[in-house]
Amino acid sequence: MSAPLTFLQRYFRRSALLLVARRPWSSSSQSSLPPFHTRLLLYLTQRFYDVEMLLSWRSKLKRRGVQKKNAYYSYTERFYGSNLATAYFILNLKGGFRYAGQPDWFRADRKGRFSWDFMNHKDTPIEDVDMSYTVFNYTGLNNLEGQQSLRTLSLRGCPEVDDWFLARLHMFQDSLEELDISHCPRITTGGLAALRNLKGLKRLDMSSLPRISTPGLVIILLEEMLPQCKITATGYDHSLREEGGEEEQKNHLQGQR
Amino acid sequence: MRKKARDALPGSSWSPLELNPNLPPERADIVVVGGGVMGWSVAYWLKQKERIPGGLKVVVVEKDPMYSQASTVLSAGGIRQQFSLPENIHLSLASADFMRNINEHLDVLNEEPVDLQFNQSGYLFLASEKVAHIMEENYSTQRQAGAKVSLLSPAQLKDRFPWINTDDVALASYGLENEGWFDPWTLLNAFRRKAMSMGVIQCCGEVTGVSKLFRHLEYQPVECAIVVNAAGAFSGKVAGMLGIGSGPKDSLAGIALPVEPRKRFIYVVHCPDGPGLDTPFLIDYSGVYFRREGLGGNYIAGASPEEAEEPDVSNLEVDHQFFEEKIWPSMAHRVPAFEKLKVTSAWAGFYDYNTFDQNGIIGMHPLINNMYFATGFSGHGLQHSPAVGRAVAELILDGNFKTLDLSRLGFGRILAQEPMMERNIV
Repeated sequence: MSAPLTFLQRYFRRSALLLVARRPWSSSSQSSLPPFHTRLLLYLTQRFYDVEMLLSWRSKLKRRGVQKKNAYYSYTERFYGSNLATAYFILNLKGGFRYAGQPDWFRADRKGRFSWDFMNHKDTPIEDVDMSYTVFNYTGLNNLEGQQSLRTLSLRGCPEVDDWFLARLHMFQDSLEELDISHCPRITTGGLAALRNLKGLKRLDMSSLPRISTPGLVIILLEEMLPQCKITATGYDHSLREEGGEEEQKNHLQGQR
Repeated sequence: MRKKARDALPGSSWSPLELNPNLPPERADIVVVGGGVMGWSVAYWLKQKERIPGGLKVVVVEKDPMYSQASTVLSAGGIRQQFSLPENIHLSLASADFMRNINEHLDVLNEEPVDLQFNQSGYLFLASEKVAHIMEENYSTQRQAGAKVSLLSPAQLKDRFPWINTDDVALASYGLENEGWFDPWTLLNAFRRKAMSMGVIQCCGEVTGVSKLFRHLEYQPVECAIVVNAAGAFSGKVAGMLGIGSGPKDSLAGIALPVEPRKRFIYVVHCPDGPGLDTPFLIDYSGVYFRREGLGGNYIAGASPEEAEEPDVSNLEVDHQFFEEKIWPSMAHRVPAFEKLKVTSAWAGFYDYNTFDQNGIIGMHPLINNMYFATGFSGHGLQHSPAVGRAVAELILDGNFKTLDLSRLGFGRILAQEPMMERNIV
């Protein structure tokens, strides 16, 4: 009774392996298949030009949408000044900020609505900015360029923040004290080298950055590079993984036999 | 038996004559000679700018598919905006913009996105007292062109990089943004993958002759309308095939393309106590440069030799004496930690050295109205390749430069014998 079942199990495992082996989805996940609709779309793309065209249009439109959201608010700046333009930009992207000297934060709610009270403080510079989980990117920094007293910047989980963005943060090199770049999927070690310009940085949070392959070494080098900065880096697996990989492969082969 | 049945069906590619599938097509619109990053960049931009999809047939000819001697893959891979010529600064800025948005340009559907492994560490130029005024002039040119560069005094330099010996340094110029180094092989492959997905044909072969008549004597002649000379260090040879340079001395035909290969060495050294993650691409005023490679205490160092001591270009053998005599003393003087280092590996590559003024030649030759040059960059071809590719594509398809005006970098200055020297060459 169990023999045909194990045979079926092995057959499905082998065919799943073949499917995964044919398309390199990502180098890390070898045992999880992508969802059905993604596989179906890939199958159709390889056979029909129309599907390929629609998918490429979709990705182009998405990119254009992100660029539009991050465009420079020149009209607002001309009429209301750079502080209000920055504030309006942050609220439109569903971020939050706090003026210097004011205790409370201005935020947009989940649907994007916000109160217009922030317009009362026309000449106050902005001190803390929270852009977590927004589509803030390099072009969007044009809107933050005039803020010379920016102290805290939180970019937790931003999908568009990459190494070039970190390099451009040099414009806040005198004032920035706290930076949170955890969970950003595009940051690599080369971008972290760009943080050398932030001389006043006191707290840096770089937890769970998926594209850093040797987190322990990078943390040590960063601590050497920024001696007065306190670095928080959780969410990394510092255990040795070499042996585990070989054992898993051996078990797999034995199971197949 | 099954194979014969499959071949007999109408969809198969069987034919009774034995065709060699590696030969190039018999006709093409544009042939790009040279499959380095410059050639593939031109091919990509040509296909990008064609208005009718499939209207332009581009063939890229590369004689060495293993890229064993190509300058692209042997280069140190740095990009900087710290030049003295405004055209060079604009080219670097445009190329950095391209690399920042590289996935917007070179993304192929359903393939992995391009990861250039760009290290945003900046370039650091050190100047002695004699040349400090040149550095200040260059700084104002660079700032005006839009490069983000800062000048540092020796005290600020010591504060920023405590591992540098600032004894004889009068001024330092430090790039804050858009400068660093990346993986040239990834860029080359990204251009190639995208260009081939847009229909550019790659041909592995050597150009042995160019003839203006339609009589064919060589293996597989390709009839074409335009030839782009992007052959790098060997472009002088390709230009010579057309007779450029073989005429009476004072005539237009007598002026040869002043590009020749020059050998340069790169040494990989390991120093456990060396500077850390913030090491920029440091270029000393003596011409010696080094940069960090990876995270394990490895560095890449090199220098340009004097004019009189140019190494022999018939092979790519490395001269280790050069490191011991010329490079190590300067490195150890500049960074005391480098006194204890070990050379782990070394390689040599060719610069497509422009003997006239060490700047690129982009444009047409006045006598031959369908050969375009994109060569002679003398060590900064890789960092300018995206922008130069776009410029050449604009020249060919639009007739003149549209985004960046590079007319001063054309052949005209060679004919008029007016060199545009770059005062910041490594």
